[in-house]
Amino acid sequence: MLKVKNLSFHYNKGREILSDVSFELHKNDVSCLLGSNGTGKTTLLRCLLALNKTTKGIIKINGQDISKESPKKRAKYMAYVPQASTMAFPYLAKEVVLMGRIAHLGPGASPNNRDHKVCREVLENLGIYHLAEKVFNQMSGGERQMFLVARAMVQQAQILVMDEPTANLDYSNQVKILQIIKQLSEEGYSILMTSHFPDHAFLSCNKVMLMKGGKIIEIGKPEDAVTTQNLSNLYDTRVCVADVELCQEDITTKVCVPIMKKAK
Amino acid sequence: MRYIEKTDFKNKNFILKILMLLLCLGALIFASFLIGRYQFTLRTLLDIFASRFTEVERYWEKTLEVVILQVRFPRIILAVLVGGALSISGASYQTLFKNPMVSPDILGVSAGAGFGAALAMINDANWIEIQLCAFVFGLLAVSIAYIISHVFGGQSITILVLAGVVTSSFFQALLSIVKTLADTDNELPSITFWLMGSLSRATNRDVLIMLPALCISLFLLYFFRHQINALSAGEDVVQTMGVNVPLVKLVIVISSTLMTVVSVGICGIIGWIGMVIPHLARMITGADYNKMASVSFLVGGFFLLLVDNVIRGVENVELPLGVLTALIGTPVFVILLGKTRQGWN
Repeated sequence: MLKVKNLSFHYNKGREILSDVSFELHKNDVSCLLGSNGTGKTTLLRCLLALNKTTKGIIKINGQDISKESPKKRAKYMAYVPQASTMAFPYLAKEVVLMGRIAHLGPGASPNNRDHKVCREVLENLGIYHLAEKVFNQMSGGERQMFLVARAMVQQAQILVMDEPTANLDYSNQVKILQIIKQLSEEGYSILMTSHFPDHAFLSCNKVMLMKGGKIIEIGKPEDAVTTQNLSNLYDTRVCVADVELCQEDITTKVCVPIMKKAK
Repeated sequence: MRYIEKTDFKNKNFILKILMLLLCLGALIFASFLIGRYQFTLRTLLDIFASRFTEVERYWEKTLEVVILQVRFPRIILAVLVGGALSISGASYQTLFKNPMVSPDILGVSAGAGFGAALAMINDANWIEIQLCAFVFGLLAVSIAYIISHVFGGQSITILVLAGVVTSSFFQALLSIVKTLADTDNELPSITFWLMGSLSRATNRDVLIMLPALCISLFLLYFFRHQINALSAGEDVVQTMGVNVPLVKLVIVISSTLMTVVSVGICGIIGWIGMVIPHLARMITGADYNKMASVSFLVGGFFLLLVDNVIRGVENVELPLGVLTALIGTPVFVILLGKTRQGWN
């Protein structure tokens, strides 16, 4: 699906923000990008989305180099879910979702019945169709995030790029979004997301990339990559990854727990 | 199940609203012909219009025909077109800059045009030369702002606003210099009145200048309406949705500038409308640019015609148009804002 090779980026020469980033994303993959603030996670996403011009490296989708493609064509390969924010004007939620169809509109044309149908199906799939008439800015953060996911889905791109999809959401909404991410990957999407919670990797991802100083220092399955040693190194903080048994559900899973220093 | 059926992506109400607005505007246009010193009946008005196309017995004075066709007709039509043009420019800029405080002169078009007109006035130019000079300097100011933002700010929209503010201040300073140089008996008053805006010198020739500029601009805005609408999702996000952002930005700047600069050339500076009418339009039809822009045009045309009617209705004094738009408009706006502030925060 998506293949990134030796990608590098810098604003000023001599100070690389990203250096030699390589990874692959396949169908049904959910890949979680972990790392501290300012380590280049968002920059990497921006490079993939062509919002930043890469200084070196190749980005291929289905074997095709996409660095020279038009925004319109690129939008059909890759959709972006930004962090939940508000709009400058009181748009209705359905109007926000409909914006996602732009890449599919002919020159000067309006959305037709087919576009409306795509939007309706996506909203029904996410279970938020009944909220479509609400004013976007008046909805809760969780609802807004769901609609932004919907907007990316109606773009009908195979790859979804999500920048901290759970940021600023309460606990239940975080779980809801992670659930949706898992569901989408089962439906065939490839998802690349960033997160500040290593636990999310165990909950909904099948691949983890650990990023430090603009480099990917570890890449692999969550069980292999997210270890006590790797996390402590990644965040320069003592973290313990432990196995827990959820008795009632009969599942074993892993959790990350930071070790607190004893107060004097 | 009924609730689900209610959510429709088409908006049938919108067409109804547009028809209602058109009806109101049409009625106001007809009524506007009857305002002024010359009094006559609606019947006479219709007959005079009919006489342009078919044989009608002329039972009216020749002067009345001149008053209606040469004086009132261009003034009424231009009030509608200028009001509409300024409003839709404002609506487009507000969507582009994601800021409800933006007006059509954000990039310095009014300041530039004001300087141009004043410069022409102290050089004893005739009316056409004044208009032309306003047009040229209005375009110049926006071009400078655009070029500054392009050279120094890459594609950033914030830099574009900053460049506009800077250019605006620069031309305002130049205007002040021209004002101090102007003689205080004739030139300074005419500059001052020009800056306050007026439709009293509107002619049919002005209509012929306005129409093509308006058609080109409206076509461009219509063609890119969905892309412009999506801009309010944010510059970066909209690019990932497949919109050629620099192109759409340029389209908005070109068409808004063209409409504003021609309007300013015809009737001087009329502030306020371009900023506030889009708000009224959003209250009527919601934030969606596709709908809001056309409603802005109709409401703006209606509003400016209404204000100009007040000016024509008051005898002996010619109140300045730009001042009266603010005087009448602000209380109306405050009342409306108090009633429908939902969705704003």
